[in-house]
Amino acid sequence: MQEGRYILNHNQINLIINRLCYQIVENYSNLDNLCIIGIQPRGVFFAEKIYQKLASILENDSIKYGKLDITFFRDDFRKGAPLKANSTDINFLIEDKTVLLIDDVLYTGRSIHASIAALQNYGRPKKIDLMVLIDRRFNREFPIKANYIGMIVDALDEAYVKVNWDEVNEDHNVIIYPDKKIKE
Amino acid sequence: MANQFSQRNLLGIKDLTETDIHFVLETAKEFKEVINRPIKKVPSLRDITIANIFFENSTRTRISFELAEKRLSADTINFASSSSSVSKGETLLDTVNNILSMKVDMVVMRHPAPGAPHFLSKRINANIVNAGDGTHEHPTQALLDAYSMQEHIGDLAGKNIAIIGDILHSRVALSNIFLLKKLGANIRVCGPSTLIPRHIQSLGVEVSYNLLETLNWCDVANVLRIQLERQDIKFIPSLREYSLYYGIDKKILDSLNKKIVLMHPGPINRGVELTSDAADSEHSIILQQVENGVAVRMAVLYILASQN
Repeated sequence: MQEGRYILNHNQINLIINRLCYQIVENYSNLDNLCIIGIQPRGVFFAEKIYQKLASILENDSIKYGKLDITFFRDDFRKGAPLKANSTDINFLIEDKTVLLIDDVLYTGRSIHASIAALQNYGRPKKIDLMVLIDRRFNREFPIKANYIGMIVDALDEAYVKVNWDEVNEDHNVIIYPDKKIKE
Repeated sequence: MANQFSQRNLLGIKDLTETDIHFVLETAKEFKEVINRPIKKVPSLRDITIANIFFENSTRTRISFELAEKRLSADTINFASSSSSVSKGETLLDTVNNILSMKVDMVVMRHPAPGAPHFLSKRINANIVNAGDGTHEHPTQALLDAYSMQEHIGDLAGKNIAIIGDILHSRVALSNIFLLKKLGANIRVCGPSTLIPRHIQSLGVEVSYNLLETLNWCDVANVLRIQLERQDIKFIPSLREYSLYYGIDKKILDSLNKKIVLMHPGPINRGVELTSDAADSEHSIILQQVENGVAVRMAVLYILASQN
């Protein structure tokens, strides 16, 4: 088993969530027009935390929040075994809204590309912004850039950045492994 | 997350594992959400061409498959034997090979001969979906029936499901029995003795000739059509007599000791197996079955398209 290195611990992730929420409050003049959408499966854990924190800062939980599954929009379909879909839960239209897409890791940019295509099914948004916990800026395959970043990680393409969330793992933290094979 | 599916064709429910069935039903749940969006289309199968080859009449299944294919962005071609060279004496294999040489990736086929898609699957490379082969199997109907049942009564393990009517000529009955057994349901078939296959108990189902007793026993009643077109001899004295003994009306449904779910794969012979007031009652989920059919067929096509 390869040794991983912790790059963010529980407290550091909480601090990042706090910082990003205050950035949202600062940057969006009209929060009524904002929709937060987490990308399934693991971006949702991060989005949920951002949504909860934002609601507690604003003492208001009326911000629109949804979950988006991009399985049927992915470009690696039919490159392997069939991909299992997750649920999409967006019970509002994004027509003329500002959408804040949230994912855990921005890597090649393909998931975000698929997410933007999938989002078009819910209306024509005024604007789409992107928030990620980890930005692997040297591994992009599509010209995509995040507006809000928790941490920038400069790693080789072979490396694997794993984000753990306390909902499914024991604790939330980020670990970097030298080889992607650990995923298998 | 990637999942394994054990088959590269959907020829019948008999070949599927319980995991395969759950995978289709779970994927269908996500497709049902897709077909209820303002824009009901996803690009998953945009580079796939599907031939719908129907050697037998069909309205619901053909439209349902075609809609599922279009919602998945596949290119489709339709073929009906009545307007083709089949009537000039071309064999099944020649017809399909000719279609496949036009670079078709998947074939959805309905054929009056049991085993026709199995025959084809040994000779061609395209993925095949059986849309009904004679009196043998109709796998996508069984999957959509199970999906519709689950929506109403949850997990099917231990639930009582009755299949009522012409069991002998019904491919829907056979596929339903295979599938519901794999999901752990209790199954009872009910109908006149001439329309129940002699050794059907060997599939692990109960047999009853008493409609009222069966309806009181079951959680779901899947009512089948009398298939006069497949009956070359008389199996029942008359449709009127059949409807007297096995027809379901609102009065019978109201007299039961519980609320049951009433299903029918269509087309309904109103006044024979179901009266209009029963078919349109609050017990009936017949139109929901049709909606679910599109979602389930999308799931099947989506999964098979990645099985190359």
